Formats: sequence, C-alpha cells, structure tokens
Amino acid sequence: MNTEIRGKIIVVGDNIDTDQIYPGCYLALTDPKEIGSHCLSGVDENIAANFPQGGIVVAGRNFGCGSSREHAPIALLNMGARAVLADSFARIFFRNAVNLGLVPVICKGISKKVKDGETLTLDLEKGIVTAEESGESYRCEQLGEQAMKILEAGGIKPMMRARFAKQN
Amino acid sequence: MHAIEKILAKNSGRKTVQTGEIVTAKVDFAEINDLYLQTVYSFYEMGGEKVWDKSRCAFVFDHYAPCPDVKSAANHKAMREFAKKNELQFHFDTNCGVCHQVMPEAGVIYPGMIVVATDSHTTTHGAFGAMGTGVGATDMATILMTGELWFRVPEIIEVRLEGEAPKGVYPKDVILAVLGKIRADGAVYKAIDFTGSYVDQLNVAGRMTICNMAVEMGAKTAYMQPNQDVLDYVAKRAVRPYEVEYTDPDFKYEKSYVLDVSALEPELSCPSSVENVHSLSSVVNKNGKIMLNQGYIGSCTGGRTEDIAIAAQILKEKHIPEYTRLVVVPASREVMEECMKLGHIQTLMAAGATITTPGCGACLGAHEGILAPGEVCITSTNRNFPGRMGSNEALMYLASPATVAASMANGYITDPRDFL
Repeated sequence: MNTEIRGKIIVVGDNIDTDQIYPGCYLALTDPKEIGSHCLSGVDENIAANFPQGGIVVAGRNFGCGSSREHAPIALLNMGARAVLADSFARIFFRNAVNLGLVPVICKGISKKVKDGETLTLDLEKGIVTAEESGESYRCEQLGEQAMKILEAGGIKPMMRARFAKQN
Repeated sequence: MHAIEKILAKNSGRKTVQTGEIVTAKVDFAEINDLYLQTVYSFYEMGGEKVWDKSRCAFVFDHYAPCPDVKSAANHKAMREFAKKNELQFHFDTNCGVCHQVMPEAGVIYPGMIVVATDSHTTTHGAFGAMGTGVGATDMATILMTGELWFRVPEIIEVRLEGEAPKGVYPKDVILAVLGKIRADGAVYKAIDFTGSYVDQLNVAGRMTICNMAVEMGAKTAYMQPNQDVLDYVAKRAVRPYEVEYTDPDFKYEKSYVLDVSALEPELSCPSSVENVHSLSSVVNKNGKIMLNQGYIGSCTGGRTEDIAIAAQILKEKHIPEYTRLVVVPASREVMEECMKLGHIQTLMAAGATITTPGCGACLGAHEGILAPGEVCITSTNRNFPGRMGSNEALMYLASPATVAASMANGYITDPRDFL
C-alpha cells in the first residue's frame, strides 16, 4: 500500500452528514459511477463533476455524521477521492471508509488552514500533511493497527476473500 | 465492568475487556434494511455462500416499502431471493414496519445481547438492555459470513436524568435537551448509559425514543438498565433465553452529565442540524409565528402507539388548516392495528391526517411526504439536515409528537401545553 497520498483538495465545513454527502433520494442506485456523480450534491451539485481525480477532501468536525449508508464512502471514492482529512469523523463513516479503502485521517484544524485547489501530500507512516504551495506541515493522527491492516489489504473485501479462500 | 463491557466480554469469550481494546464478538442478531442490497453483493464478492445462522439474521423492508420506483422494487426482489435461498427464519416484508420497532415486537431483542444492523439508529435497543450498533453494508456482509464482528471497547459516559417530567414535556423533549447540551459530536465512539430517577420509571416507548437519538451525538451505542416494564415486555416475546447484565457498583464512567428533567420545557431542534436545540418558547418569542406546511408523526423515534395517542388526544375534533398536510406513519403494523382498535387512526383522519404505510416514509426523503423548496415541516423524526426530507431548501423542526400535533392544529409552531 502506498503510504504517501498526494492530491488536489476541496474544502468543506463542519458536520457534513451523510445526507449531504449522498442524498436519500439516490439510495436505490447501485452503479458505482452513478453513485459517484451525486457525491456531495447535498452541499453543492457541481462538486462531483469538477472534483480533481485522485484528490483529497478536507473537512471540519464530525465528517460523515448521520446514517450508516456505505454509499457515502462509495460516492467519495467514485467521485475520485482517495482520502479524507478532517478534524474528526463520525464512527460508522470511519469504519465504512476503511473497509472500502478510502483513507480517513484526523488532522485537527486543517480545514481552516488550507483552501480549495491547493495540493497536499499526506504521509501515513509519519502522520504528517504537507501543503505544497505554502510549504507548511501539519501533524495528523496515525491510523490504528486495525485500520491499517484493513487498508493495507486493499479493504475488507480482499481481506475476507483471502481468509475464506484459505479456509476452503 | 459496565454492563456493556460484560456483554462484549461474554460474546468474545473473555472474562474482562478494557476500554480501547479491539475484540471480536459474536453477533446475536443481524438486521439488514432495504437500502442495503450492497450487503448481498459484498457477501458474494467476498466468497460467501450461505449465512452463518439462518435464525439470527433478517431483512426488514422499511425505507422503500411499498416500492416507490423500479430500482427499489428490483432491490426488494433480489433481497427476497437471498432470504428464500438462505431459508431465513425471520423476514419482514412491506407493511411490517420500521426495523427498530419490528425487531423488539418479534422478540429478537432482549437484555444482554449484541444486535448489529445496517442502520445508525440501532442504538434504540439500549432501551432493552441490549448492545445495539449500526454498521455499513460490507461490515454486515462479513457478519453474515462469520457471525462475528470486531469492535473497539468504547468509553462509557453517563447521562443522568433526574426528576419527573412536567406536563407537556415528553421523552423526545428530554433527549433533544440532552443533545443540545452534549452536541452532535459530544459522544463520538462512546457508549451512553442513561440513568437516573426519570429513566427508572420510563416505559419501553420512552426508552426507545431516548436511546434512538443517542447516535445523533455520535454514540456507538446506548444503554438503560432494564426496569420492570422492559422485563415484562421481553418476557412475553423473547424467542430465546436471555440474561440481564448489571453494571458493577465500582464502575467509573469516563464522564457524567446530569440533567434536571423537572426544569425542562418543550424543545425544538431547529433547522438545519440536530444539535440546534432551543426551547420552543424561546424560538417563538424570537421569531413570532412560524407557519407550517407539513407535520409528520412517525419513525423509529416517534411513531409508536403512545406518540399517535397523544396526537389524537390533542387533535380530537379539530382540523389541520387548509393547504397543510399532517402525515402519520405508524412505526409498525402492530402499532397501526392497536391505534385502529383504540380509535386514534380514525380521530386523526377526521382531523385531516394522511395515514401511510408502517415504515420509514419521508423521514429520510424516500417517499410519502417529501418537502418542496421553501416548505417548513415539524416532525417527530430524528434528523433535520439540509435535504433530509426532500428539497435542500426545505426547513425541518424536530419535536415531540405532542408538539407536532399542537402545531398542526394551528398551522404554526405551538406549545402543546396550550392543549393539555
């Protein structure tokens, strides 16, 4: 697993809940690309279409609060995001993100320090985020062992496939 | 240890557990609602063949039932096929009701168990002394394959609710007051144990309303020590033997909050976040008459017989104003039948209410009561984020069913004490 993630960013606010990340009216959709096209439409309909591929979403407190819908990280991944940096995450969203290979990293105060369009490099091993334009570095929390194990396997699905293949 | 820690220890084959450690615990019951066909896809993608135990998992069709469109109908069809193929003992199809209501009614929720569902409001089952928590579809698929899940043992905070609720103040007002104090991220990853004299005398319905909204503070799970009302309820229905767990007297909570319930008033959670809680009187004093387009009584938070009963009492022989709607959604078929027997459905219909299928309805913006841009709705449900019940430009106030009923009698936000 690549422990360094570099990408252009968009910045959103506090308490961005799962209804804003992925509105309830689209919950019956199952095609990943279609799901991606509606990502963050509860905040702004134009975000998904303009999102920089391989980019990073930067957010304030309690990102992903609300429902348990896995559509939220699926939408973010299919919109083109590889990681989310936030002041804090809601619990179910964090689990879902890790399970699906979207890297969630806690970096307190980051959303107030950077702007849309900047490029950030995230070093997961060292727990540091560097902003290219300003050269500033910020500390972030390191992911725990359980989360890293799942992310390193590429997500929970490859991990379980390998486990069940061994058993059979 | 706390009762929740004892439940986690018991289910993971351990004598004790420590806060912060990761344990792998057996899941006593797993529920998947009809938003999560992805669970079935992930199950097969990971190599699953048959569920680990056909008596310990079930689908509930509540969010999109009856189906409002072709996509959801196709989802239901695929889930039914999975249920049949796996010979699931429990299956709750269209019209059964909201998952968190039908499960206790069916006797699969009881003290001392772990219930996991693909729904964030699974914290509701703390009302029964169970550990209930929500997960996403793929986590759920791993449970269907293995019957277990990894958990981080949570910090446990205490919310002590003391005193008797004054007239016009209901469990929904109490939990809104707690939310306003603790905030939307005040309990992230933690378990909330609701204690105190108010809780000790609270009935099953009130307990469910309070535990239901623990997740709105970010909590992993909620807990209330079962009282006689809970034990009587469960004794009549439980499909398995169970064991009530008790917190050790020397257990230390990470933090304790105390709330004097006797000092409370009717509360509102104002647009557009759940933690935006203010007393109804202060909101009306500040804003004057807040005109309403729709009232909504329903959901796992506020759609039980007790909720519909107080609405019927307030709206008896009254009528909602022209050009407004009052949508009433009984939380389950059992609740609907009981309310029909008691005459509440008839009373509310006479008052101009629209009665819809037991289920989730418009709570999450699925169908049966969607809001247009600029509309204002007062609701007994659990979330009011932008777009929750339809348009991003609609406004939702969360309130007790009594407040909803009183407000719809007038067509503007009204203190239920005016009618009691």
